[in-house]
Amino acid sequence: MEKNKRIRLLLAVFTVLPALVVLYYYLQPLVNLFTYNLLGLSSDSHLGTSINFFFYDTIKILILLFLISSLMGVVNAYFPIDRLRNYLTTKKMYGLQYFFASFFGAITPFCSCSSIPLFIGFVKGGIPLGVTFSFLITSPLVNEVAVAMFLGLFGLKATIIYAGSGILMGIIGGYILGKFKLERYLSDWVKQIQANSEKETEAWQGEKTPFIDRLPYIIKDGWDIVSKVLVYVLIGIGIGAAMHGYVPENFFAQYLSADKWYAVPMAVILGVPMYANAAGIVPVIQVFVAKGVPLGTAIAFMMAVVGLSLPEATLLKKVMTWKLIGIFFGTITLFIIGLGYLFNMIL
Amino acid sequence: MNIQILGTGCPKCKTLEKITREVVEQNGISAEISKVEDIMEIMKFNVMSTPALVVNGKVEIKGRVPSADEIKQVLSKY
Repeated sequence: MEKNKRIRLLLAVFTVLPALVVLYYYLQPLVNLFTYNLLGLSSDSHLGTSINFFFYDTIKILILLFLISSLMGVVNAYFPIDRLRNYLTTKKMYGLQYFFASFFGAITPFCSCSSIPLFIGFVKGGIPLGVTFSFLITSPLVNEVAVAMFLGLFGLKATIIYAGSGILMGIIGGYILGKFKLERYLSDWVKQIQANSEKETEAWQGEKTPFIDRLPYIIKDGWDIVSKVLVYVLIGIGIGAAMHGYVPENFFAQYLSADKWYAVPMAVILGVPMYANAAGIVPVIQVFVAKGVPLGTAIAFMMAVVGLSLPEATLLKKVMTWKLIGIFFGTITLFIIGLGYLFNMIL
Repeated sequence: MNIQILGTGCPKCKTLEKITREVVEQNGISAEISKVEDIMEIMKFNVMSTPALVVNGKVEIKGRVPSADEIKQVLSKY
């Protein structure tokens, strides 16, 4: 890229970024101004508060989503997956490899079409199956969309709990699955790859394109993520806004309160086969929580929906036998149920 | 020149194929472009993140969709 273009790009970034942050902080008064003064809706009316709520939540979440996706894009430009694999295979880690695999699963963007190449790539590089599972557990569970939605709708504390326990579950789940000696349940062609695995000796090839020239594409990718989930955000918040008004207070509390022992397992088992992306499901869950469902039950449900799904199982079928998929899903389901109980006790 | 696009069929892979075809066409490069969708074939290239651009058997770009300019630059080396 020529120099002038670079300077213009930097100027644009340093104007837009602070503008977004300022907008984020003054969003509520601005939305109030828009709905109550400009549209002339009454702040006491049901319609007025619903519309206010809808605009406020949607704009807030879109800003968060864009900023977090772009930030993750920058991180990923520097921590590409090849480098991680080299790192995991060449260094002695004394158990820390589970942490690294799980953590990197959290910061890499999850795309269902890249999970299988990643899985094979890890196996091929001689990385133990347990460590690979650590990555596989966290990768769909903790992603930029889920984090942005949680941050926008539940606040910082719940977000840290969600992401932290997701990473922890990846570490412990991967470690335990690694102890089961499950290699024999891989598909035959994957077993062959594993038998021929070799430590990657070639040096990692650095990206030669300078960072500033990659920035426009990173920002564009961030924007792509926003535009892809936009419709789900709108639908989710729309349903949420409607439910807020029409579902009676404490409606769910009578069925799903913390003292009903079956609430958590029921929520999780319902959630596993379901597949919805985080953008659509979090706004609805927020209403559940507002109407009396304990946060622990809600987080467990959310983890089951986002982390495990039937489409994921059919993808994994290419590299695993049904038995291994069953063990994997079963273990993680039990973990999520346990987490749900734990959160309900301590939160 | 032999160009291969590696990808299991995700939207990004299709974008890469489209841009590559455009670059080849606009610059009058004589090249044979093919799409590799079979995961077992893709893994032979030792690529972990798709999409990837392979020229004459060598992986040039992987894990992201490059700009048309960048593809043009890569292809000009051959």
